[in-house]
Amino acid sequence: MSEITKSAVSELSRPLRKTLMPWIGFVILLLALPNIFSSNVGLYTMNLMGIFIIFALSYNMLLGQGGMLSFGHAVYFGLGGFMSVHFMNYIEDGLFVFPMYLVPIFGGIIGLVFAIIIGSFSTRRAGTVFAMISLGVGELMAASSLIFVAFFGGEEGVSGDRTTGPELAGIDFGKDIHIYYLIAAWVFVTVALMYLFSRTPAGRMANAVRDNAERAEFIGYSQRKVRFVSFCASGFFAGIAGGLFALNFEIVTEENLNALTSGVVLLMAYIGGVGFFIGPIVGAVVFTLLQSILSNYTDIWQLYVGILFVLTVMYVPQGLTGIIMMHTAAWRMKRLGILILPYLRIGIPALAMLAGIAAFLETVHHMRTAVEGETLMSLMGIEYDSHGIVTWIVILVLTFVGGYLTRTQLPQLREAWETANKPPASTKGAAS
Amino acid sequence: MLELIFFSLLNGIVTGLLLFMLASGLTLIFSMMGVLNFAHASFYMLGAYFAYTVSMYLGFWVGLFVAPVLVGLMGAVVERYGLRYVHRWGHVAELIFTFGLAFLIEEIVQFVWGKDTKAYHEPEILQFPLFTFFGQNFPAYKAFMLLVSIAIFVVLLLILTRSRIGLIIQAAIHKPNMTAMLGHNVPLVFMGVFGVGCALAGLAGVIAGPALGTFPGMAVVLGSIVFVIVVIGGLGSLTGAFVASLLIGLLQTFAIALDYSVNDFLHLFNISFDADGALRDLWTLSLPQIAPILPYLLLILILIFRPTGLFGNRET
Repeated sequence: MSEITKSAVSELSRPLRKTLMPWIGFVILLLALPNIFSSNVGLYTMNLMGIFIIFALSYNMLLGQGGMLSFGHAVYFGLGGFMSVHFMNYIEDGLFVFPMYLVPIFGGIIGLVFAIIIGSFSTRRAGTVFAMISLGVGELMAASSLIFVAFFGGEEGVSGDRTTGPELAGIDFGKDIHIYYLIAAWVFVTVALMYLFSRTPAGRMANAVRDNAERAEFIGYSQRKVRFVSFCASGFFAGIAGGLFALNFEIVTEENLNALTSGVVLLMAYIGGVGFFIGPIVGAVVFTLLQSILSNYTDIWQLYVGILFVLTVMYVPQGLTGIIMMHTAAWRMKRLGILILPYLRIGIPALAMLAGIAAFLETVHHMRTAVEGETLMSLMGIEYDSHGIVTWIVILVLTFVGGYLTRTQLPQLREAWETANKPPASTKGAAS
Repeated sequence: MLELIFFSLLNGIVTGLLLFMLASGLTLIFSMMGVLNFAHASFYMLGAYFAYTVSMYLGFWVGLFVAPVLVGLMGAVVERYGLRYVHRWGHVAELIFTFGLAFLIEEIVQFVWGKDTKAYHEPEILQFPLFTFFGQNFPAYKAFMLLVSIAIFVVLLLILTRSRIGLIIQAAIHKPNMTAMLGHNVPLVFMGVFGVGCALAGLAGVIAGPALGTFPGMAVVLGSIVFVIVVIGGLGSLTGAFVASLLIGLLQTFAIALDYSVNDFLHLFNISFDADGALRDLWTLSLPQIAPILPYLLLILILIFRPTGLFGNRET
């Protein structure tokens, strides 16, 4: 947490140009991406990524910045999606004229309205009580969505058509690339807004209440009001993400507001790292990649995600971003080079071990699910006999030799890490 | 009407006592460690699956004893090497850890046993109707479930209030540091309680598996309901958990049994509404329909108006 404060203070004193650099880079990246990954799968993945980035960032306004652990954040996402898809249908029916690209606003508004209603009683406490209320509300909404068929469409959900709105300079969002640029624009605007929110006094007080609610009360802030403001803002942005989901997929179902989606957003934010603003972005990108790429290769990708999640919670609670950020000190001192060789030395056996474990899981899975008598399986383009003795020897050797070698490399990595992070003698203390 | 009430009452008590087997462990674990164990229902599921596998080779009765022990050992391992390690990152991390564990256990169950429902049945000597009342049969297996639940409840009560172990556990709940000072190994007590709590959940799974189905979603179905019970009863209160379990069990069975809708209610006052407005679903809403959401509604109301729960005395 102190890193955030420190970087913010130094940022204010930095020239404006330097502050804007990451944002300009962000725009360039958003514009360039579809030219690099122009395939349909690429566009599909990037669209989903954009939606999840907004969703995960809005979640982190609660967990990371406000210290509120929510198990029902999908409620606002789903309601935003349902509201938007209804508005898409209203536009199609000609009930009123409204540009399609602004429809997610309605999603945001309904997210905000529900956040105001639910936040008015749930933000009284943080911690377990808040978590339980959010869980209850989430289950309540998910169950209601199957009852109120007129609004939620029951099991099959509600579908719409995004191409029916008034055209804007010949763009009717019929192509995936159009919707990509739309999502990219929304991502940029909402990410900027959420970043700016975290820099406002309201955002700062959310951090203070998270760290010590009692002290915040003593300097004159109501912890409840501070949480309420964060909660409403978070609901609004989650609703926008839901609206974009509706525009992108043109269908919203009960699945979008149930506990599974709430779990997924927690997973994304936590894997990415809740202590950093860009953490959830990293998490959303990684999760979407896992979801769309890994699921092409294996049926048990969710098992890998689960293992990754539990390992993250246990050993790297600061998330993937935390691991990257650990290297900033060494990078500032231009000592990152020292670490390359140790990383390679530990990385290669570690990769071998991971490959062994993955091969083990895949082979067992194949043995259990394949048709009787079918023993030939292929993994990453390598075909082999899943019942063969050679296969199992290879798997065992990869796992255990890899694991053993990884262990032997740990001391040298630790040593290199200490060398790289040792404060220089002249400016002792300043760089740590 | 009478037989409806009679059978709803019986079924409600069976469900309620089954829920109590889960809730008692959960609430004990919570009062010791301050952690709501999201994975508790996953241990219930593991109990059912272990018992299924054991029963295929050695029969139901062996499974009834072996599976809970296995689940309890797994629980102890999770506490010792997982939860205790994560404890250093704080309460939120612990909560998220158990949440992730629930997710992971479901995936592991799917990996090991597959996604389909397992043919895990009650033993043949319990496959007969115990008695017939107004033409409806009451299966003997349900009576067996009732019996096991009551036995567990009595044993648990006796251990906690009458035995030396129970005394130490209660002391460790209220004053862990002082108990440690007196020479008791409090971390070991924690591990033991976590293991026994998981074993109870596993036992619930063993006896519920044949009745409610053994499938990978069974943890999710029951998981959040058990939370609701623990919170409604008051976090950390065994009496509360008992009352709330019965309450939720009865609430759910009666809501399903009594088929009344908002329309019927409004007819009493001679009010009727058109059948195709946007709110049409509201007027045709019936009790069986809203049965699944009633516990959550109760949960939210309790948390708003009485955050300590019915019998609890602390909030977080």
